[in-house]
Amino acid sequence: MAIKTEEMVLNMGPQHPSTHGVLRLELILEGELIVDVKPHVGYLHRCFEKHCEAMTYPQVVPYTDRMDYLSSMYNNFGYAVAVERLLGIEVPERVEYIRVIMGELQRIASHLVAIGTYGLDIGAFTPFLYCFRDRERILSLFEMTCGARLLYNYIWVGGLSHDLHPDFVRLTRDFLNDFKPTIKELNNLLSYNKIFIERTANVGVLPLDTAINYGMTGPNLRASGLAFDLRREDPYSIYDRFDFNIPVGEGTHGTVGDCWDRYYVRVLEMYESIRIIEQALDKLPEGDVTSAIPKRIKPPKGTIYTRVENPRGELGYFIISDGSLNPFRVKVRGPSFISLELMGELCKGHLVSDVVAVLGSIDIVLGEVDR
Amino acid sequence: MGLLDQQFSDSNIVITKAEDLMNWARLSSLWQLGFGLACCAIEMMATSASHYDFDRFGVIPRPSPRQSDIIIISGTVTLKMALRIKRLYEQMPDPKYIISMGSCSNCGGPYWEHGYHVLKGVDRVIPVDVFVPGCPPRPEALLEGLLKLQEKIRMETLRKKSV
Repeated sequence: MAIKTEEMVLNMGPQHPSTHGVLRLELILEGELIVDVKPHVGYLHRCFEKHCEAMTYPQVVPYTDRMDYLSSMYNNFGYAVAVERLLGIEVPERVEYIRVIMGELQRIASHLVAIGTYGLDIGAFTPFLYCFRDRERILSLFEMTCGARLLYNYIWVGGLSHDLHPDFVRLTRDFLNDFKPTIKELNNLLSYNKIFIERTANVGVLPLDTAINYGMTGPNLRASGLAFDLRREDPYSIYDRFDFNIPVGEGTHGTVGDCWDRYYVRVLEMYESIRIIEQALDKLPEGDVTSAIPKRIKPPKGTIYTRVENPRGELGYFIISDGSLNPFRVKVRGPSFISLELMGELCKGHLVSDVVAVLGSIDIVLGEVDR
Repeated sequence: MGLLDQQFSDSNIVITKAEDLMNWARLSSLWQLGFGLACCAIEMMATSASHYDFDRFGVIPRPSPRQSDIIIISGTVTLKMALRIKRLYEQMPDPKYIISMGSCSNCGGPYWEHGYHVLKGVDRVIPVDVFVPGCPPRPEALLEGLLKLQEKIRMETLRKKSV
């Protein structure tokens, strides 16, 4: 005789150490098994679109910083590319190279936080300290360039706020040389750790067709086995000049598209970012970084959608211009928001303790989910 | 013990005021509620990680408000979040202290003018002991804020909390 059971609702968050910010997950359980997960967002809604209506085009840049605060440089980058396309202006070569260097450094810093906090969620504390130690060095490179550690306001429409510090190239090379062996160390410490593999392999498997149907992008999509990277598919800035690979998930320890794959794709991407930075540092031309900044930004009437490959996936800016100094509307397509919708799909049938593993592996930033 | 280590051959008695002893104990192990709101939370994490090492001041993140002594409001407090923060504060045992970290929780910060969903200062819902300015404050600034809080606790008497 079957025992009649009842579903139980459990709230996780908004104050929870593993939700990576203020997110509430409504877990619907049958015993210990997950039936469904409903994310409740809006605890960090900071009115980005409302601010864009009231600000002029350059004034929007600091607000893009605060959207995805782990990859501020890249948010600036995407916005600058969008407005430049709307205006139809070209930026100097040096600016493009510096933007790529900064963007890729930011990608490494962002992945380091993702990896470190993922370890923390699973129960490994030491990798977090290793990751933050290396991240501090990237932050000091940024600080040396523009004076800020976290929110930079560095990449402006048509140029950059400051030129590089004279020591920047040397210190960046030093950092990259020191950092390469550290990734190996990190792999030995966390990636190939038996306990870590047991917790992540075969958990939260995301089949490729589901990923595409939901509109997943970035490392989460690539972990499911499709080499789709906007830097290659739809090149912006000068990404078509660099030689780099696109790592994809291979299901080394379980199924393709499981949590371990999503984690490991990020580790491999750090190697590729290092390669891009090294190539860009070799070819870095001389020039003035502020010469192309327009005195007054007043784009013609029209709309534009531009997408860039943020550390978390496709970051799209949809800008409507009514021909005035302020944008009529700036709509952002954030990758984290779309990844979060998959939580229910990924957690179904798993245990409660796996929710933390799945949530950490899709690497969301709540500032960008809620905007 | 450090300073007093190996200094005395016999067991000894230390005479002090009860208040001083309690304040010393309180300010040396301020367990913090591990609770991040927005961008400042990343700087708060950086403060407790390798480079700045919050642990040496006795600040250890705890997952539950019932085990913590201080709460660092690190980031933008939205209207939806404000009531939750109030509830978290009420769940903490006395004595409890609050550090408001960053412009957003001090006064609304960059969202002051057009942020229809942003609380203009967390002191509108809970009493704040130390305000740390900056957007976001550097880890050194947060450490300074914590030292100021420790100074404040040192001044407390059994009759009243210092202001």
